[in-house]
Amino acid sequence: MMNSLHIDPSKCTGCLQCEMACSFENHGVFATSKSRIKVFDFHSTGRKVPYTCTQCDEAWCMHACPVGAISEDKKTGAKVVNETTCVGCKVCTIACPFGTINYVADTGKVQKCDLCAGSPACAEACPTGAITFVDANWTGLDRMRAWAEKLDTQTATA
Amino acid sequence: MSWQRKILRVDLTAGTCTPEDLNMDWAHEYLGSRGLGTKYFVEEVGAKVDPLSPANKLIFATGPLTGTMASTGGRYTVITKGPLTGAIACSNSGGYFGAELKMAGWDMVILEGRSPKPVYLHIENDTAELVDAAEIWGTSVWHTEEHLKKKHQDPLMRVSSCGRAAEQGCLYAAVVNDLHRAAGRSGVGTVMASKNLKAIAVRGTKGVATIRDPKAFMEATKAGKKVLADNAVTGQGLPAYGTQVLMNVINEIGALPTRNHRDIQFEGARDISAEAMAEKRPTDGKANLVTNQACFGCTIACGRISQLDKTHYTVVTKPQYWGASGGLEYEAAWALGAANGVDDLEALTYANFICNEDGFDPISFGATVGAVMELYQMGVLTKEQIGIEAPFGSARALTFLAEKVALGEGFGREVAMGSKRLCEKYGHPDLSMSVKGQEFPAYDSRGIQGMGLTYATSNRGACHLRSYTVASEVLGIPIKTDPLATEGKAGLVKAFQDATAAFDSAGICIFTSFAWTLADVAPQLQAACEGDWSLENLEKVGERIWNMERMFNNAAGFTSKDDSLPKRLLTEPAKTGPAKGLVNGLDKMLPEYYQLRGWTQDGVPTNETRVRLGL
Repeated sequence: MMNSLHIDPSKCTGCLQCEMACSFENHGVFATSKSRIKVFDFHSTGRKVPYTCTQCDEAWCMHACPVGAISEDKKTGAKVVNETTCVGCKVCTIACPFGTINYVADTGKVQKCDLCAGSPACAEACPTGAITFVDANWTGLDRMRAWAEKLDTQTATA
Repeated sequence: MSWQRKILRVDLTAGTCTPEDLNMDWAHEYLGSRGLGTKYFVEEVGAKVDPLSPANKLIFATGPLTGTMASTGGRYTVITKGPLTGAIACSNSGGYFGAELKMAGWDMVILEGRSPKPVYLHIENDTAELVDAAEIWGTSVWHTEEHLKKKHQDPLMRVSSCGRAAEQGCLYAAVVNDLHRAAGRSGVGTVMASKNLKAIAVRGTKGVATIRDPKAFMEATKAGKKVLADNAVTGQGLPAYGTQVLMNVINEIGALPTRNHRDIQFEGARDISAEAMAEKRPTDGKANLVTNQACFGCTIACGRISQLDKTHYTVVTKPQYWGASGGLEYEAAWALGAANGVDDLEALTYANFICNEDGFDPISFGATVGAVMELYQMGVLTKEQIGIEAPFGSARALTFLAEKVALGEGFGREVAMGSKRLCEKYGHPDLSMSVKGQEFPAYDSRGIQGMGLTYATSNRGACHLRSYTVASEVLGIPIKTDPLATEGKAGLVKAFQDATAAFDSAGICIFTSFAWTLADVAPQLQAACEGDWSLENLEKVGERIWNMERMFNNAAGFTSKDDSLPKRLLTEPAKTGPAKGLVNGLDKMLPEYYQLRGWTQDGVPTNETRVRLGL
């Protein structure tokens, strides 16, 4: 089964455990600035929204890369940056419509979410279930269930 | 390690920023944040210093767990000599600023002297500079943060600043970060403004890479988070209701100070409670509470985000207050509400927004308004003096005075001095509900006896965050004790005081202690830091910190006479509720407390105690 990250912003509290987990997994350091997932705080509405790469099938970044540094991990479906090949040209950062691939000045390469080879640290760290790693074909399952629960056929026929 | 091992020393007089190595011997004895920052403070500043003079210093200190994945590991402490009390002032805050400072590579910032003109400190990792603040001086905390982020084109920057209340000399002005998280008490913001320092703006991209044993740390912090999630208070009560879960509980046990402590139960408690915040308003069909919010790294998420009723008199012509912002916590709801007999939830929320926007402590402010209202009822203060009719229960007087304190205008200038100075000035010093000049928080010590000893002996003046025996006396954490009894409270208060000092010094939130004991903190610290962070040593570190603070206060001129409570609590019995007929039995607890502490009858640590603790 292929899984994908699923984000439910209504459950996010803005604790940034996901950002720390991501930076620790990929850089061995607790540094929210190095995270590949970012939590946005829309303060005047109280909304907090985690956002990261959704692993497009026809990934703009992958197609745009002039040196073929981005490839698909067949097991996870993640589009993965090969740091050895990446030349830091940043064309992918222009191509991505969502802004989820970014240049890292420290390394001179780009970075993006690679689903941690199949066990994303952010989902593991999230204390509220705002970030989960679920069946890629059924990311809507929980939402469908919630709506389904509201359909009380007995009351309707009564 | 987990300390960054680096201090930034800022000489505001000379305009210089100089890095220094952290004194690691002290780090092992005082841990971090509250403890370590205070150690630096007492070593460098004379106890007799005038709090608002350039000779006073202001220290922003993170702890070893700040900026890590330890739950609630985002806190920092501001340490100085407080202008409200003349005692050690030590206020900590959550939000995101503390973690950012640590991730920029600094354990601590020591600010000394006084800048010849308003400045702010801009820190970007190793680079720190003082920048002219003319364009933000005279503006609010909210404006300051927005302005600095725009100016530096850095939306990820974190800002900690003081507001107009501090600039105008309000003695309980706060340091506010991330718009509504505050190092709130004792006037640490007043000291900041007295140094002509408007803000610290920080961006840290280095992160914390100094965990001693990362694998063990991830396991220990994960175990700690599970304990918080499984606990009814930290896993369910606080995220759902916030600290406001207490309003009805404390009212029912008869310990909700009402109308300047004249009463002990408030008939309007329900209207200003967590339950009321969650109810839909008849006016707009929306609830006051929008959502909960976490501070950095926090897996509890007790913070309140609220939205005002646009038709309420306070904001009907002020759309700038229509967005969501930091809502009422229990202490603020009590101080702005029950302490004044005001039951208008929207008025309280608005006053709280003003406290956040211009940086002043809602507890001391609200409690001082309570004293003003009592003096008004007595005919000592008049409408002409105050600028508005101010009987108990007047929401309009509350919000009027909040606006006046924020801007330092009119009678607001007197309210900004706190209840002790105000009540002395108008000839009724006994009506100031304070200890060492700092106003009480939201627990009446006639109904919760241990809190009387907590307040009387707190090193920063009346405060609930130095030994929250409410946990034991009301909630049964870690063991249930009788709130109406004085027996055993001396030992309880001492144990809570010492443990709290250790929690605060680690860089985590004291609210974890609803579920954690130091035994849950020890493995997290041990994995993060070299040295001995066993339970036994942590208890000793906590006791050492408590005594260090006490010795500073003694040297500043405080004596056992200052370990007292206002006459009202010692002589006027509670009128209603389970504590009806009771006063606080401080005299039954205090001598035993001194004895357990290893202090003389005059409240001075004996030589033996000092030697035992390495002081």
